[in-house]
Amino acid sequence: MKAYKWLVPTFYIVFLMLPIYWLLNMSFKTTNEILGVFSLWPRDFTVGNYAKIFTDPTWYNGYINSITYVVINTVISVSVALPAAYAFSRYRFLGDKHLFFWLLTNRMAPPAIFALPFFQLYSAIGLFDTHIAVALAHCLFNIPLAVWILEGFMSAVPKELDETAYLDGYSFWRFFLKIFLPTIAAGIGVAAFFCFMYSWVELLLAKTLTSVAAKPIAATMTRTASTAGYELGLLAAAGTLTIIPGAFVIYFVRHYIAKGFALGRV
Amino acid sequence: MSQKTPNQKAWYFVVPVVVLVAFNAVIPLMTVVNYSVQETFGDNVFFWEGVKWFQQVLHSERFHASLLRQLAFTGMILLIEVPLGIAVALSMPRKGPWVSVCLVLMALPLLIPWNVVGAMWNIFALPEIGLLGRMVNGIGIDYNFTQQPVSAWMTTVAMDVWHWTSLVVLLTYAGLCSIPDAYYQAAKIDGASAWAVFRYIQLPKLKHVLTIAILLRFMDSFMIYTEPFVLTGGGPGNTTTFLSIDLVKIALGQFDLGPAAAMSLIYFLIVLLVCWVFYTLMMRDEDQ
Amino acid sequence: MAKITLDNIRHSYSADPRDEQDFALKKIDAVWDDGGAYALLGPSGCGKTTLLNIISGLLTPSEGSVLFDDIDVTNTPTGERHIAQVFQFPVVYDTMTVYDNLAFPLRNRGVPEDRIRARVHEIAEMLDLAGMLRRRAAKLTADGKQKISLGRGLVRADVNVIMFDEPLTVIDPHLKWLLRSKLKELHRQVGTTMIYVTHDQTEALTFADRVVVMVDGTVVQVGTPVELFEKPKHTFVGHFIGSPGMNVLPCELSGGRASFAGAVLRTASDATNPGPGVLEIGVRPEYVRFDNDGFPVQVLKVDDLGRYRIVELRREGHSIKMIAGEDERIPSENPRISFDPAHTRIYADGWVVN
Repeated sequence: MKAYKWLVPTFYIVFLMLPIYWLLNMSFKTTNEILGVFSLWPRDFTVGNYAKIFTDPTWYNGYINSITYVVINTVISVSVALPAAYAFSRYRFLGDKHLFFWLLTNRMAPPAIFALPFFQLYSAIGLFDTHIAVALAHCLFNIPLAVWILEGFMSAVPKELDETAYLDGYSFWRFFLKIFLPTIAAGIGVAAFFCFMYSWVELLLAKTLTSVAAKPIAATMTRTASTAGYELGLLAAAGTLTIIPGAFVIYFVRHYIAKGFALGRV
Repeated sequence: MSQKTPNQKAWYFVVPVVVLVAFNAVIPLMTVVNYSVQETFGDNVFFWEGVKWFQQVLHSERFHASLLRQLAFTGMILLIEVPLGIAVALSMPRKGPWVSVCLVLMALPLLIPWNVVGAMWNIFALPEIGLLGRMVNGIGIDYNFTQQPVSAWMTTVAMDVWHWTSLVVLLTYAGLCSIPDAYYQAAKIDGASAWAVFRYIQLPKLKHVLTIAILLRFMDSFMIYTEPFVLTGGGPGNTTTFLSIDLVKIALGQFDLGPAAAMSLIYFLIVLLVCWVFYTLMMRDEDQ
Repeated sequence: MAKITLDNIRHSYSADPRDEQDFALKKIDAVWDDGGAYALLGPSGCGKTTLLNIISGLLTPSEGSVLFDDIDVTNTPTGERHIAQVFQFPVVYDTMTVYDNLAFPLRNRGVPEDRIRARVHEIAEMLDLAGMLRRRAAKLTADGKQKISLGRGLVRADVNVIMFDEPLTVIDPHLKWLLRSKLKELHRQVGTTMIYVTHDQTEALTFADRVVVMVDGTVVQVGTPVELFEKPKHTFVGHFIGSPGMNVLPCELSGGRASFAGAVLRTASDATNPGPGVLEIGVRPEYVRFDNDGFPVQVLKVDDLGRYRIVELRREGHSIKMIAGEDERIPSENPRISFDPAHTRIYADGWVVN
C-alpha cells in the first residue's frame, strides 16, 4: 500500500496541469482551428497569437501595467509594514491589540464592498486610471497581510539581539537596517511573495480603478470577448503569459514557501 | 518568549500603516454607511431613510437566494478541499528530491490571476472545444455548463477545488513537516497503525494549521467574485450568482446605492463575525 | 530481556562513502549483557544516537549486524524487535489520558482489557503516576511526560531492552536528580537491559554499571565507572571523566625513562617501548601532590570549592591541575610536586601504553 502513495500526488498534479496544458495547447492554435478541429495538440502550430501580443501595445501594455502596480504595491506594503510589525512584536502600547485585530479585518473584507466606494474615492482625488491608485487600493489587504507575516517572523527573534546591539552602541535605525532586517530576511521574502501574489491575482479592484492608461492585463483580456467575438487563440496566449511571472516567483521562493506557510500566516 | 515593553512611542512606527489602511478602509466605509441610510434621486440630494434599506435587503428574496447559494457553495468546497488537501499532504514524502518540484507545481494554480482561472476553465469546460467538455460528453453524459444549472455548479465547484486546494495542501504539509521525527519513531515502537498515527499524532498537531486553512477558505470562498463571474457570468440565469457577484451587479450595474450599501454592511458584518471567531480561536491556541 | 551483540557495525549517512570521514560509526563491536545497565557516553556528534537508532531498528547499518540473543535482527523492523525508547523530549499522545497513553502499546498488540488495567496500574505505581491516570497527558509537566514515555516502554512484558536518548535534557535541574534515582531504582526492580545515552558524565556514572565511552564514531573504552576513572585507556576518557579532568602533558623519552618538561617521572606504563605516535603523560589532579623531592612548579591560582581546592600550577608554560584538601598547606616558596606513579600513564596518540 505504501508503495502506491506516490499515486496520490501524481494524480493531483496531473489534475492541476490539465487545464493549463489545454490553455497552452489553444494558445498555439489559430481561432479557426480551435473552433474547427478538436485536437490534443496543434495541427497547425502557430506563434501568431504570441506575436500579436508582443507587438500590439494595447496588449503588452496590459502586462506592463499589471507588473508596475504589483511591484509598487509590494514595495509600499512591505516597507511600511516593517516598522509597524516591529512595534507590534516588541512593544505594548495603547490599543495595540485592537489595532492588530482591526488590521486583520481588512484582510478579510470582501473587495466587492469596496468596488463602488473606491471608484468614487479615487476619482475624487484625481487618481482614477493610474498605477498608484491600484497599488494603494491593494494596500487595503496587503499591508495587514505583510504586518501579520512579518510580526510572526520578528517575534521569533529574541529581544536579546536588540538589547545587545544597543549595548554595543548601535542607534535604533542602524540596528534595524544592519542587524535586524538581515536576520528576518526569509520573512521579508515571504511577505513580499504574498503581497506580490495577492496583488497580481486580484482583479475586481484593479479593473474598477482603471480604464485605459493603467489598464491591467485582465481587463485587456476581456476585450477579446467583446470586440471581435471570441478570439480564443489570443485569449489563451494572453492567459498563458500571465502564468509565467507567477511561475518565476514561486520558483525563486520555493524554499521559503514551506517556511512561510508553516507560520500559518497567509 | 520575552516580554514586550510598554512604549507609547511605538505609535510612530505604526502611523504609516494606519494612514494607508485607514484611507482605504475608513473613508469608503463611511461612504457606504452614508449611502445605506439615505435615499437619492440624483443631483447629490440625499434624504434620510433610516433602516429602510436594511429592512429591504433583509427581506429581499434576491438577497436570501444569493446568501443561500453562497452558503451552499462555501459548504461544498470546504467539504471537498479540506479532506482532499490533507490527503495529498499526507501522501507527500517529507524529504527527497521530488518535494521541491511537487510543491512548485502544486503552488502554480495559486498564482494565476483570477480572471485567467475563470477563462481557463471556460475554455476547458466548453462542450464543443474544451477538453473536459468533450470528455464528459464523450462518455455519454449530457454536459453543458453554459445552459444547465447543475453542470454550472459542478464546474464552478471543480474550478474552485482546482484553484485553492493547494493552499490547504501547502499549509498542511508545512504543519506535518514540523512534527518531530521522534513522534513517528515512538509510534513505530508502540506498534501503532497508520490510522492511529494520523488520529493521535498528526491530526492533533495539525489543529492550528487546519483552523487557519479552514477559516481562510471559508473567508475567501465567501467573498468569491472574479472566477465564477468569468466562468459563468453568474448564470445560467442567476443560478451561480453568489453574494459578491450580486452585490457588484446592484452597486456598479444598477447604481442602486442605498440597497447596495445596506447589503455591503450586512455582508461585512457576517464576515466580521466569522473573523472574530477566527481571531479568538487563534489567540486562545497561542496562549496554550 | 536479551543479550545484545553488535558485530562489525559501520554506518555512513551518505550514499557513497569514500573514506573514514564519511562514516558516522567507524567500527563497533560490542556485547551488552542481559539485564545490565549501560551508559553510552560521549560528546555531541560522536555517534551515540546513531548507534542507538541502529539497535532500536530505526536505522539500518551500512555494514555489520545486530543480534538479540544471538538472533540476527539487523533487518527486523522496529515494531518486532520488542524494544522501548525514551527520547530527548517527552513524546506523549496529547489527546489521550495518562491511562490511555500507557495502555496504547498493549492495545495495539491486542492484549485483553483486564490485563491492561492491571499492568497499567502496576507501572503507574512504580512511576508515581497513579494519581494522575485520568488526567489529559498534555497537562503534565515535562518530567511527568517523560515518565509516561518511560511507562509506555515498561508496560510491555516482552521488552528486550529499554533505551534512553538523553532523556533528562528538558527536565528542570532539581527534578533531574529525582528522575535519575528513579531510573536506577526501576532498573533494580525490573531488571531489563537498559542503555542510557548521554553526554553528561554524572548521569552516565550514576546510572550505569558499565559505561561505554565513544568518540568520533568509535568505542574508546568500556568499563565500570571506577575503571574509567582509575585506568583511562584513552586521553579522551581521562579528560572527559572527572571534574576537573585528567591532566594531559607532553612527554619526552630518554634512556628508557619518561619525562615531562625536564622532570623525570616514574609511570605505571612501560616506558622502554611505548610504540609509535605522539607521546603524552596522563595523570589525574587527584594524584598530583606536593612533594619536596619532586620537581619545581609555580602556583598560578587556587580555587576554593569548600571541601577541596583546585590548584592550578605551571611548569614551562604547561598548566597542571591538582586537587588539594581543605586543610592541606600550599607551600608559598619553591613549591614542588610529584605524580603518583601508580596513576601516571603514558599515552601514544591518545591510547594508553601498558
